Amino acid sequence: LGFLGGHGIVGAHIPLATGMAFAAKYRRTSQVAVCYFGEAAVNNGAFHEALNMAALWKLPAIYLCENNRYGMGTALERASALYDISERACSYDMANEVVDGQDVLTMNASMERAVQRARNEQLPTLLEVRTYRFMGHSMSDPIHGHYRTREEVEDQRKRDPIAVWSQRLIADGLMEEDAVRAMDKSTLQQVEDAYQFADQAPDPAPEELYTHVYAEEPREQ
Amino acid sequence: MATLTYRDALNHALREEMQRDPSVFLMGEEVGVYQGAYKVSRGLLDEFGPMRVVDTPITELGFAGVGVGAAMVGLRPIIEFMTWNFALLAVDQLVNSAAKMRYMSNGQVGVPAVFRGPGGSALQLASQHSQAFESWYAHIPGLKVVMPATPADAKGLLKSAIRDDNPVIFIEGEMLYNVKGEVPEGEHIVPLGRADVKREGKDVTLICHSKTVAVSLKAAEQLAKDGVDAEVLDLRTIRPLDSDAMLNSVAKTHRCVVVEEGWPFAGVGSQVVDTIQREVFDELDAPVLRVTGADVPMPYNKHLEKAAKADPGKVVSAVNQVLYNE
Repeated sequence: LGFLGGHGIVGAHIPLATGMAFAAKYRRTSQVAVCYFGEAAVNNGAFHEALNMAALWKLPAIYLCENNRYGMGTALERASALYDISERACSYDMANEVVDGQDVLTMNASMERAVQRARNEQLPTLLEVRTYRFMGHSMSDPIHGHYRTREEVEDQRKRDPIAVWSQRLIADGLMEEDAVRAMDKSTLQQVEDAYQFADQAPDPAPEELYTHVYAEEPREQ
Repeated sequence: MATLTYRDALNHALREEMQRDPSVFLMGEEVGVYQGAYKVSRGLLDEFGPMRVVDTPITELGFAGVGVGAAMVGLRPIIEFMTWNFALLAVDQLVNSAAKMRYMSNGQVGVPAVFRGPGGSALQLASQHSQAFESWYAHIPGLKVVMPATPADAKGLLKSAIRDDNPVIFIEGEMLYNVKGEVPEGEHIVPLGRADVKREGKDVTLICHSKTVAVSLKAAEQLAKDGVDAEVLDLRTIRPLDSDAMLNSVAKTHRCVVVEEGWPFAGVGSQVVDTIQREVFDELDAPVLRVTGADVPMPYNKHLEKAAKADPGKVVSAVNQVLYNE
């Protein structure tokens, strides 16, 4: 397998990933399905239905909830009766962890445990990864708006995982400051190149409108 | 030819396709231990085991999504809905996931899945259990919609649906499961997208599908006594619609009545009538009429329920109108 896309309906891809985990078990591969979603998705019925089946059928799935505290402009505590999202896993007798998502090594270790659990025990995991959204919800959304303060955003920026990890690499003498800066620069360039590639790619031809609606085109109607 | 019930014809199609292709599996409520709410999956758990005949919790949205996800990585799931009324809970997965995946991935990811179960009304099951939703799904580009009326078509179309690389909505007739009919022995495949003339005639074309095929055939018998020779065209597949078959028949008879179980507004018949008036307007000797279910939630009361359904009497009356006999 590989990357199976981003999905436009909040929570709808959680059952899809569960189906992919089912397929891994069905085919007896060592594959693990990893499903990313925000904390706002956990109030959606698809989340509960999928996690129940994954636990019931012992599927190799990792449900990774990126809890960045806000679903668009609604804070977690204004949308969820339960503050600790990881506790929801208890309803399905599923392994779960709260992870500091701003710390690279902690995140890596939790993910490693979840992958091993999926591979070795054929069991799913719910990871509640606590993080923060530094930008607005979308392109047109201001950085803080009416739902949070500028101070809160500035305060959280101090724990930016990339900045924290960079400082640690330098402090531990694993990388020189110049090397970190060069890596930063080359990554930004990579993103810029990808943007330019997409922006400059030709538009699809008009006849592409009807391509890929069906595996084979149905007869003209 | 073997005589089989519609139920057993479907069962044979499932069994043969699961024997043929190890990536085919069946998932849904009560499909395994219980042997199927309507016994369509009888015996399959014993033969194929619990990994390929999977009982689910009552969680239509969830297991429809599991089916789509498994299909996205190359399995060929058959997802059974106990009835299409309950599948309303899964519409997001059918419309937003199954129907869109191929287009939105520019052809990289397909969804070769079949979603099947009984649709339409039975007897006194009331409003929430007596609904015909084929026009909803036929509205969606990316989905195919198949509705067999006979045991032979049930088997042949289900086999084609399972082998199809697109998501197929396969709506069985709840009142048809016990209907018996001849089914060809051996490999029997009916291609999707082909209508079938169930009775030849020259005076009027009755276009119908699923349960209304029997309604139309009964109407045709009554009409024959009055010297009217009706052609009965079974659409079999709602999408893609077999326009050629419809147009050829109407070009021959010059009159047409479309019969369906569902509600009138934006029903399957609306699309059929649109195609006919656009393509063969000059062949028509009368406006095309439609016989549909009444435009109300299905009543529980048996007299009101009867009044709400399309029946042979209503078809005969519509035919007399297009023949200007009234």
